[in-house]
Amino acid sequence: MSASHQFCTFHVGGLFLGVDVLHVQEVMRQRELATVPLAPATVEGLLNLRGQIVTAIDLRRRLGCPARAADEVPMFMIVRTDDGFTALLVDAVGDVLEVDPESFEPAPDTLPAATRALISGVHKLPGRLLHVLDAAQAATLPAHAA
Amino acid sequence: MSQELQQQFVRDMLAESYEGLDRFDRAILVLEQGAADAETLNDIFRVVHSLKGTAGCLGFQRIEKLTHAGESLLDLLRTGRLTPSQPIASALLRLSDNLRRLLGSVESTGADRNDDEHQPLIDEFTALRSGGVPVSSPLPMPPPVPPAPPAVATAEPAPAPAPGATPTTWGIFDESAPAPVPAAPGEPAASWGLFESATTPPPPAASPATPAPAATAAPAAPAASSVAASTVRVDVSLLDKLMNLVGELVLTRNQLTQVSQSRHLRAETVSSVSQRLNLVTTELQEGIMKTRMQPIGTIWSKFPRIVRDIAHDLGKQVRLETVGADTELDRTIIESIRDPLTHIIRNSIDHGIESPAGRAAAGKPAEGLILMRAHHEGGQVNIEIVDDGGGINLARVRQKAAEKGLLAPDAAARLTDREVLNLIFHPGFSTAEKVTNVSGRGVGMDVVKTNIEKIGGSVDVQSSAGAGTTLKIKIPLTLAIVPALIVRAGGERFAIPQVSLLELVRLEGEAAQKALEKVYDAPVFRLRGNLLPLVFLDRELKLPSGTDGDGILNIVVLQADQRSFGLVVDEVCDTEEIVVKPLGKQLKGLPMYAGATIMGDGRVALILDALGLAQHSRVVSQTQDRGHAAGTLDAAAASAAASSSQLLLFRVPGRDHLALPLDQAARLAEIETSTVERTGAREAVQYRGRIMPLVHVGRLLGGAAADTPSATGPLQVIVYSHSDHVVGLVVDEICDIVSAAVELQPGTAAPGIKGSAIIQGKITDFVDVGGILRTAGFPAARAA
Repeated sequence: MSASHQFCTFHVGGLFLGVDVLHVQEVMRQRELATVPLAPATVEGLLNLRGQIVTAIDLRRRLGCPARAADEVPMFMIVRTDDGFTALLVDAVGDVLEVDPESFEPAPDTLPAATRALISGVHKLPGRLLHVLDAAQAATLPAHAA
Repeated sequence: MSQELQQQFVRDMLAESYEGLDRFDRAILVLEQGAADAETLNDIFRVVHSLKGTAGCLGFQRIEKLTHAGESLLDLLRTGRLTPSQPIASALLRLSDNLRRLLGSVESTGADRNDDEHQPLIDEFTALRSGGVPVSSPLPMPPPVPPAPPAVATAEPAPAPAPGATPTTWGIFDESAPAPVPAAPGEPAASWGLFESATTPPPPAASPATPAPAATAAPAAPAASSVAASTVRVDVSLLDKLMNLVGELVLTRNQLTQVSQSRHLRAETVSSVSQRLNLVTTELQEGIMKTRMQPIGTIWSKFPRIVRDIAHDLGKQVRLETVGADTELDRTIIESIRDPLTHIIRNSIDHGIESPAGRAAAGKPAEGLILMRAHHEGGQVNIEIVDDGGGINLARVRQKAAEKGLLAPDAAARLTDREVLNLIFHPGFSTAEKVTNVSGRGVGMDVVKTNIEKIGGSVDVQSSAGAGTTLKIKIPLTLAIVPALIVRAGGERFAIPQVSLLELVRLEGEAAQKALEKVYDAPVFRLRGNLLPLVFLDRELKLPSGTDGDGILNIVVLQADQRSFGLVVDEVCDTEEIVVKPLGKQLKGLPMYAGATIMGDGRVALILDALGLAQHSRVVSQTQDRGHAAGTLDAAAASAAASSSQLLLFRVPGRDHLALPLDQAARLAEIETSTVERTGAREAVQYRGRIMPLVHVGRLLGGAAADTPSATGPLQVIVYSHSDHVVGLVVDEICDIVSAAVELQPGTAAPGIKGSAIIQGKITDFVDVGGILRTAGFPAARAA
């Protein structure tokens, strides 16, 4: 596990997730996206982040959640990976939580294989579970989708 | 304060002097060819003179002494009391080398030390000079001896070819007459391997005792100094424009402050201010980007000197020509191609260009030609290095590859010529029996390739025996600015780089209706009597159909790989200079896009890649070299399916005729059953120090006797590597390797099977490795 135990939390389709804060560049409100024809369905479009082109990925589709309703406005969470920036579309952004490393538990094997790659485990918080999202994996699309 | 001032002076002196010395070198080369006029002589005199002045002012006595000696010599040349000669030119070039090294030490030690202690600095110079600079001794003559320096310089052992050294070429280039390669004795550490010396400090004293002619081989390039690299020349008009923009930015800020303080905020005021702010910052951003662009000529200008020195050392005559020196590249890219280019040039001279005698025998002019060409093309910068030398001896490369164990002998024989050529990029491949001081250490072309691939480029080599070798480097622009045509289709904007643009055709009303014809199903247009295949951009990209109610047909005629085709768009907007930005790795699998750009209004527009688009729409066959051939598995399989390719035929229980493109198999291996280790349901073996999971193709394809454990013999395994993993595909028997033109029959696909085709008279199923691996639960091969 990484040294940081602070997570930037957010919601996607009823899931309560968190990304290591060190991976989060910034969080933005709705921006105009340029669509990419023929791109994998999870790619929502391209974003101009101060002159840098950033691919926006819809986490709902990536996690296999039902699509967003037309009136729901997503937030953009810009995450930093070894390959640069990626924008993740999430439903809402929550607080930054400091968690006890002891509360971590790997994801159970019953998770679908596609999801297990993305969610490395959960932190058992009082009353709810914080899903730990692997930002690098979330930013990487499986080949067959491409 | 005075410290800062002093440092500032030193920095200025360094930046100025490095530039001056580059100019100096170029002028000396002109001088050497006897083409120098008075102006050139004055110019080089001024360079040395001003360096002497500054160095004296700042207390760099060594430099002062050295420059003084050179100046005296130049003065004689300038006033015509001495005629330029080869030895003089050589001596002057050595002077500039030595000065560079001295400046280098000023730079490195001067930065480390506190300015209060000048003495240790000077001591270090002394130490470096007496011990570290081989040829410095004859040059810094006591100043007031005007006639002496030329005499010394002439007496100086000019790099007369020193035979005796064994001819040590790789021999992969046809050298009909083995050239008497005058390798310099003494094996100077500094003279070779830019790549090595890039990490090591300035050469330690090789052998101060021998003022070897090898000193001339020490090129200027290792002196690529941080001071020189940390300054940039910017066009004044661009700077003025930036200044104007900053002025406007300040005004806009004031306006914004005012608006925000006003009591009645009106939406339109805010939006107009923000619009203006948007515009100004965008322009400012673009302007700043432009300051980073530099013509490739800035590094090319160093090559005449390098070519001269190497050619001189090897006793060859080489002329360097350049075309397109004004092609602009991003600064960072320019820096990173300097070393690879230098290395290629060295190779070309050492192995490519034959000796004058050899050339005469081959009926070529004694003087070899190296041509460097650069141009923008299709969102990339192409650099070509062409020599008219002997070409690469393919048979020799094959033989060497087999000897070095890079390939099995029969495998080497099977490779196509093109694949053989690419072997020279293999790490450790060198046909040299002996290491010369110019090349042959086996860290050559693979480093070139790695360095270029690091910046996302590709290298390709073409060679024809006896006629020469061409190396083509393609570098993505990343930040390069290209003129592009902006078009609209299906409500989206796209940019098309103008290099791929041939012409625009616009048809209205009835003409538009009549113009469209069809060959069976494919739309075509008669352009001056020739049929031009048409591609509808909106349909091709599955966009909502555009507004074609106005009956206007806009055809953008594009060039892709020697073929032209018409791209039908809804609207042709404008031409613009666009800044090319790379797409994220998630979108690398889409060949029709060359990148993205940000338009004047801040929105993102995709840049179309003519070739990729043509391939996608099958106007051009997919097998064309795309430069970055390492696509996805599926792409590889698709291209294999479309053309003649090498196939691996194998058998699993119940399925006797299966095939796999050979290029998807890394190796074939036999593995003893006893070495297979099991973890849960998975099987794996240790293979070359790594864990290689095994996949039973038969079981996954659900053949008849799927689960029969294969006979007791060793397992036949196709080692298949994708991204970083290796996977072993266990088959029953590997039957054959054939070369065949394959066309998959439609409708034959099945789970795990791409399709079928008739090969050697048998219906053969093509295995979809990607699909099999996914079925087997491997993390899907990611788009590379």
